[in-house]
Formats: sequence, structure tokens, C-alpha cells
Amino acid sequence: MTPEQDHTHPDLLTLDGISVQLGGRQILRDVSFGIRPGEFTGLIGPNGAGKTTLLKVILGLQPPTSGRVLLDGRPRPRRAGAVIGYVPQKIVVDPDMPLRARDVVALGLDGHKLGLPLPSKVRRERVQEALAAVNAEAYADARVGELSGGEQQRVLIAHAVISRPRLLLLDEPLANLDLRSEQGIVAVLARLARELDIAVLISAHDMNPLMRDTDRIVYVAAGKAAAGRTDEVIKPEVLSALYGSPVEVLHVHGRVLVLSGEENRDGDPVHHPLDTGMVTGQAGRAGS
Amino acid sequence: MGHFFSYIVEPGFFSSQPVRTAFIVGTVVAITSGVVGVLTVIRGQSFAGHSLADVATTGGAGAFLIGVSQFWGFLIAGVAAAAIMEAIGVQRRRGRDVATGVVLGAALGLAALFLYLGTQTTSTTGASFTILFGSMFVISPDTVPALIASGVIALAVIAVLSRVLLLTSLSPEIAAARGVSVRAVGAAYLATLAVAVTLSAVAIGAVLSTALLIGPAATALRLTRSPGRAMAVAAAIGTATTWIGILLAYDSFDWPPKQHGWPVSFFVVALVLIAYLLSYVRRTRRRPASSAELTDTTQEGTPACSPV
Repeated sequence: MTPEQDHTHPDLLTLDGISVQLGGRQILRDVSFGIRPGEFTGLIGPNGAGKTTLLKVILGLQPPTSGRVLLDGRPRPRRAGAVIGYVPQKIVVDPDMPLRARDVVALGLDGHKLGLPLPSKVRRERVQEALAAVNAEAYADARVGELSGGEQQRVLIAHAVISRPRLLLLDEPLANLDLRSEQGIVAVLARLARELDIAVLISAHDMNPLMRDTDRIVYVAAGKAAAGRTDEVIKPEVLSALYGSPVEVLHVHGRVLVLSGEENRDGDPVHHPLDTGMVTGQAGRAGS
Repeated sequence: MGHFFSYIVEPGFFSSQPVRTAFIVGTVVAITSGVVGVLTVIRGQSFAGHSLADVATTGGAGAFLIGVSQFWGFLIAGVAAAAIMEAIGVQRRRGRDVATGVVLGAALGLAALFLYLGTQTTSTTGASFTILFGSMFVISPDTVPALIASGVIALAVIAVLSRVLLLTSLSPEIAAARGVSVRAVGAAYLATLAVAVTLSAVAIGAVLSTALLIGPAATALRLTRSPGRAMAVAAAIGTATTWIGILLAYDSFDWPPKQHGWPVSFFVVALVLIAYLLSYVRRTRRRPASSAELTDTTQEGTPACSPV
């Protein structure tokens, strides 16, 4: 039984009418959706659509102008750090930063605590276990700053899941990765969701790398969101309502392209990709 | 052999009270600077350390003018500067230009005035030199307990905040999401940095203080991989350079010009530089990138994943 059919299954995370206004700009308007335990959800939308703001609202880093965030049906506690793991966008680690991959992972366990870390067998084992969960043992003792983008993402995912959160939020973890690393990261996340029953919410401007593994998607455009199964959301009528303008959906070689269906002054359709990721994504894949 | 030893370590070296004070102060300063310095480099706050040193100079000069121990002048000015920097956010790049051009220049100008007025009234030009470039042999034994106490406090703060400091350096966003008050941690760290700069200023002078703070730390970061080890190595390098510096300065009383020892600070700073340059000779062993990537590729290519 898939989570979609199981309507009695209570939501782990519920967003109820979230609106965010920043400096007079409406970033999010009336966003509502739920995520069930162990569900792998893609948070899709073009750059600037409000994906990062949405993640920050869930994390409690951005108070919403209106609406509620519920965890297990109750208002989100102020300190939900143990329940929610987080991999932010673009962490720049200097190559000279004296932090090995295993130090970064250990910081995920107790980096928020005061006092000196006491070396213990349990701590070492948990770190090793988290490194193994993302297949990062090979470079556990390398400095994080010296790792490739994909390797760094794995280490940060291990950092986020070592405290055994029930919800894992990732902000554009596939940005600037090559195809192979991209697939590796998605496979790791899908497995974590399945095996550790962690609900994963991953933001991306290109939905295609996620299509095979995500249970559901939340599509954000112009501050509004639609949630559901991919085939329920990626439809011209749903997306047109979000964008507030005609949108066409093309399926090309198993890839989905979301195009603007606007007409120019002469009445001819002008198709340009709305997910900016389509352009860069294709350019990046030219060789593969 | 005994003759050789007495050639290096001059007779009377260990029985001299100024030498003993210099050793105690030098050790406390080197350990504190090494530990705090590693975090300063990790957090990219060398500039903040330099700013604090400039303002501390003014404090030391002011203390000299009103006849108080320079230590208190350095400390009060440094901590006050840290509080102001935190309040106006000098760490931001835009604020840095203004701070460098206007505030820090003014601080050093004020220091010049204080030193001029101070030397006019007391006619001791040596004090200016001590404040700017330090002299470990003229540290009053009375201030030693306060120096040790501030070193211990600085190290205690770092011990308590070590993990939180690393987490906020890695990503302020993750730290904030985990419920860490990033701002409060930053403020506590800046105050600790002010204490470390003060100690370093007492030992090798306000102008040179960042050398002892950043030099051993930067060297250690080239040689080690984990933050804890880097702190230990930085403290060891700082202690070694300070001890050898004291020894050479004591020996230099016999060097030309006769009966005028060379400044300890010169030796310490020169040794810090030599240590840093030597770290380039022994390059940190990098992981064999090719083999590690190969392993990773095979893992990523394998659809079946190992169980957790």
C-alpha cells in the first residue's frame, strides 16, 4: 500500500495556509500541504519561487506572516532541531578548514551542545554508521574542503541524519553536480527514506532527476504551491493556475519540460522553459 | 658538551627573575593564542583580530599615560572594541572598509597622541616601544596572576563553546536550525579573541600581537586535519617559538651592539614566520584523489545499496 492510498496515515509535517511577506513582497501565499513519515517528496519550482523560504519556515528560521506549521498534528515546537535534519544550499568549505568528513558528521550528533566532546565508542560507531549510510567511508578522513561537490553533499547528509531525525530537508542538493553524483545522491536519499523511515523533502529547480524516486511532489511557482503525485501536479491546468499564465507540459524522451504557453503579439505561441533548470540541466547533459 | 650548553644558555639564564616571568607569561600567551588562533583562522576572523589589536594599542597607550599597567589598557580597550564591533557588525565586508580606513586609523592616531604625551611627561621613550612592540623582560611580576587568569578564562570559554563554534563556522544556518544562538556565540567568541589579543599584546606588543595569534595557528592548520589536533600543535609551535625567542634575546646581550639585547618580539615573530614557511616543506598529505574517486564511482554506480 502506497502512502497515497493510505489516507488514515497521519501527517508528520503539515503546512496550513502559510503566507510569508518580506519587505512588502509576497514570497509565499497560502501554501498548504502535508508530508507523511518516510515519504520522499520533491519540492520543485523555478529559482526565486520561494522554495528556500518555505524550507526556512519549516525549520523555524523564518516566521510566517500567517499560517501554521504542525509536527505530528501539533504546533511546531520552538526547538525541533532533533526532529528535523537540514542540508542548506551551497555550503562553501575552505580546503584548509581542518574538519575531516567524520568531524562534520560528528557535529551533526552533538554540534549544538556545550562543553568538550568526550571521545566514546558509541559516538565513533554512530559516526561510522552514518558515513556508511551515505557510502562515504572511503573519504571519512579527508578534509571536507578537499572533497568533490557530490562527496560533500553525502557528508552533509550524514551530518543531518546522524541525529536520527524524522524529517530531512535539503535545499537544492543537486545543484552543480554531474549526472552520476546527482543519481548517487538521489539513490542515497530514497534509501534513507525507505530504510530509516525518514521523510525527505528535497528542493530542486529540475524535477527530472527525482522523478523515479519521489513519492510525491510539491510544485511552487509565484509563491503558490500544489502538492500531489507527479501526474496529478504536472498538468497544464494545475501549473497554469500556479504561474497565473498558460503553461504547457511536454514529455520528451522520458523527461518532463514545463514551458510557458504564452502567445506573442501575432498570436503565435512563445515556448520558453519555466523551470530554469531545464536549460542548465540540458546543457550539463549534452555529453552524456 | 657542558661548555656548548653554557654557550647556548648563558650563565644566570634560569636564575634571572625577568627571564622566569617571561617564560611563564610567554607560555600562557602562546597556549591561549594558539587555541584561539585556530578558531580565528577557521572562522575567517583574522581581520577582527587585527582590528582588536589596533584598538588595544590605544588602550595600552592610554594606560601608560595615566600610569596604569598596560595589560588593563589592552584588555579594557580590546573587550570594548569587541562589543562595539559586534554591535555595528564590522565583520560584514562593507563595514570592514569603513572600519579600516576611519576607525582603526583614528585608534592608532589616538595611540600616537597618548604615547607622545606620556613620553613628554615621564621622558621614557622605552614605554612607547614596549607598548607597540612588547618586551617580555620588563613585564611586572604583579600582573602575572591576572595574565594567567585571563588565559585560563579564554581557554575555558573555548572549551565550553568548541563544538558550537565549529558548527556555526561550518554553517550558521544549520546551527540556527539546531537551536544555537549564532549571534550570542559570535559575541562570546569575539570577547575571547579580545582577551587573546590582549595577552599577545603584552608579550610581543600590540602591533605584533596578531603574529602570535595567527602565525602558529595557520602553520598548525597546514599540518593537521582535526581542529583539536590543530589547537594542540598551534599551542606547541607558539610555545616553542616563544621559548627560543626568549633564549635568543637573552643571548643577544653579547651580540653587537654590546650590552643592548635584541627585542624578544623580533625573535618570536621571525621564528613564527620560519615555522610557517617550513610547513610548506612538509606539505599536508593529501588523500590520493584518484583512488578515492574510483571507489566512490563504483558505489554510485551500484544500484543496490548496502543496508544501514
